[in-house]
Amino acid sequence: MTAVVAEHDDHHDHHDHGPEKGILRWIITTNHKDIGTLYLVFALAMFFVGGTMALIIRSELFEPGLQFVDPNFFNSMTTMHALVMVFGAVMPAFVGLANWMIPMMIGAPDMALPRMNNMSFWMLVAGVLLLASTLFMEGGAPAAGWTLYPPLVLQTGKAFPFAIFSVHMLGISSIMGAINVIATIFNMRAPGMTLMKMPLFVWTWLITAFLLIAIMPVFAGAVTMLLTDKFFDTSFFDAAGGGDPVLYQHIFWFFGHPEVYVMILPTFGVASTIIPVFARKPLFGYASMVYATGAIAFLSFIVWSHHMFTVGLPIAGELYFMYATMLIAIPTGVKVFNWTATMWKGSMTFETPMLFSIAFVVLFTMGGFTGLMMSVAPVDFQYHDTYFIVAHFHYTLVPASVFILMAAGYFWLPKWTGNMYNEKIGKLHFWLSAISVNILFFPQHFLGLAGMPRRIPDYAVQFADWNMVSSIGAFIYGFSQLLFVYIVIDTIRGGTGEKVSDEVWEDASKHSLEWTVPSPAPYHTFTTPPEKIPTEHF
Amino acid sequence: MSDDGLDKKNTRLAVKLVLFAAMMFGFGYALVPLYNVLCDLVGQNAKVETVAKQETAFQPEQNREVTMEFLTSLNRSVPMAFKAETPSLKVHPGQYYSVGFYAKNLSDRRLKVRAVATYSPGQVKDYVTKVICFCELEQIFEPNEEKNMTVRLVVDPKLPERYKTITLSYTFFEITENSEN
Repeated sequence: MTAVVAEHDDHHDHHDHGPEKGILRWIITTNHKDIGTLYLVFALAMFFVGGTMALIIRSELFEPGLQFVDPNFFNSMTTMHALVMVFGAVMPAFVGLANWMIPMMIGAPDMALPRMNNMSFWMLVAGVLLLASTLFMEGGAPAAGWTLYPPLVLQTGKAFPFAIFSVHMLGISSIMGAINVIATIFNMRAPGMTLMKMPLFVWTWLITAFLLIAIMPVFAGAVTMLLTDKFFDTSFFDAAGGGDPVLYQHIFWFFGHPEVYVMILPTFGVASTIIPVFARKPLFGYASMVYATGAIAFLSFIVWSHHMFTVGLPIAGELYFMYATMLIAIPTGVKVFNWTATMWKGSMTFETPMLFSIAFVVLFTMGGFTGLMMSVAPVDFQYHDTYFIVAHFHYTLVPASVFILMAAGYFWLPKWTGNMYNEKIGKLHFWLSAISVNILFFPQHFLGLAGMPRRIPDYAVQFADWNMVSSIGAFIYGFSQLLFVYIVIDTIRGGTGEKVSDEVWEDASKHSLEWTVPSPAPYHTFTTPPEKIPTEHF
Repeated sequence: MSDDGLDKKNTRLAVKLVLFAAMMFGFGYALVPLYNVLCDLVGQNAKVETVAKQETAFQPEQNREVTMEFLTSLNRSVPMAFKAETPSLKVHPGQYYSVGFYAKNLSDRRLKVRAVATYSPGQVKDYVTKVICFCELEQIFEPNEEKNMTVRLVVDPKLPERYKTITLSYTFFEITENSEN
């Protein structure tokens, strides 16, 4: 986003100079907008790396039998696809949005801890590169699934300690990012920007940041235990020494369940930001949105064993985790209701960001419903470890988190670059994505219910047809994402040529502060706090 | 940002949050003992005691029968032969039985192994008492050594009626390389 230009105002504070020249600008930058851009570009690149892995998986599954890759590499692909998408694409993309938007939404000049901000980005790059390097090591990359369950994961070859260290680095990076978000929101809000006046994207990120600080260390602990079990004779998970592999699953999912909400809560925040603008109405039920987000975050800590209904929990445990999990449907239902009610009788227009957001509301709800199905412990015994769960979490991640990230891209690109994106190609991107994502994931429900297990390179012939359909959907979806890259580059270079106004979208400045600064957003914004806080959104 | 007070405030909050993260790292480790305590509380701890108990006399229930099954397995290609002499046995609760197990080191190296026992269903473990067993922390098998081992056990008459079959499973884990290389 090189179109960001330096703006000199009459303050001669040392922070007011423009960006460094050349490549060094991006390496040593402490500017929240630069770092946000770095995060977003990196996440988009990783989206294609992880996507390529997904296409390797779908190619192999196009028809029964072993076609292209050997089974161990196939399992490496499912593992690495998940790790790259979770830690390299979706999470960094939201951190990028947080960097760009949070200071502008709360009227702060920058993030609270700019140097740590730079460090957390480069730590992320190092962590992901270390993880990627395991692909070329003796014995291959980790192949035990992103959950890294022992004892299987302990059979990883030379890559094992490297994978663990990369998880440590990714964890440290997200913790630093989270600390920065909390410090920024707590200490840097403009006068008058009380907590309950913050845009929901800021609220959801605040709660997400607390989740991250609470869970990433637990995950770091779990993988450290794996490491010492393998190399230093401890027996946390080793039955021979009196340990228990099921313990790992408990610790992992104590992290793992809040972790999936780390990816969905900011999604909710962006949706709650975009929908009111295009419905031209205030967000319905602002306070209930905040409380629902908090409730979801709290519940995420007390439901982890629903990932392990089949390990042999006591009946009381199965029942407790079943009912606790069902409770999550209530605050989530509140949110879906609020989004729908926001659109109700609104003067809606259907620009690309709104299309992606509406698709998110519909398709995320479907993913939520399959989640509700799986929360029922006795029936989960059928769904467990089948393609049904693959379909479920991909519905909550791809047409939810990824769609909303795309929506965010279209929504804020004009603010970031000062240029309008090509609406026609944007809509084409949307329709191709929305249709193909369903061709890709909907048949996986059928496969799962029919009993196809996940993480297998070959399958029984009765699963052939729907796998073929799913793979065709995958290729259409994957390649249509290239349109987004084209649009981003095209917009940076001038887009439609139409100069966008400061508020870009009609009346957007009533909703949030970022629409009150010039387009493109100058290198430094809100060096003096804003005078008026928009109130439309609450 | 030139505001020193704000910088201090930010640093102080960051330090607090780092401490919180460090505490959560500790909490991850605290989950290990917590897990054991919780499993014991709900009677779900599949880990079986590693020492034999004293023999106590029960009143045998001659008209009640429970099937005991004995499974043997080897973890990850431990080079041994291992089997129960009687794979299945009808027992009367309260009466003591001895069951023979046979194990042989099939390799020409010295093996250090450990047998780990589990019961299925897990809830029955409080009702089965072993007075002789081979569940010591570690055992040595010299190259090609054979051993006949005995487990002497009793099923407590207090075993709830709904349990008709109890499976006792032994798995040999090799611990040679962990402690000797």
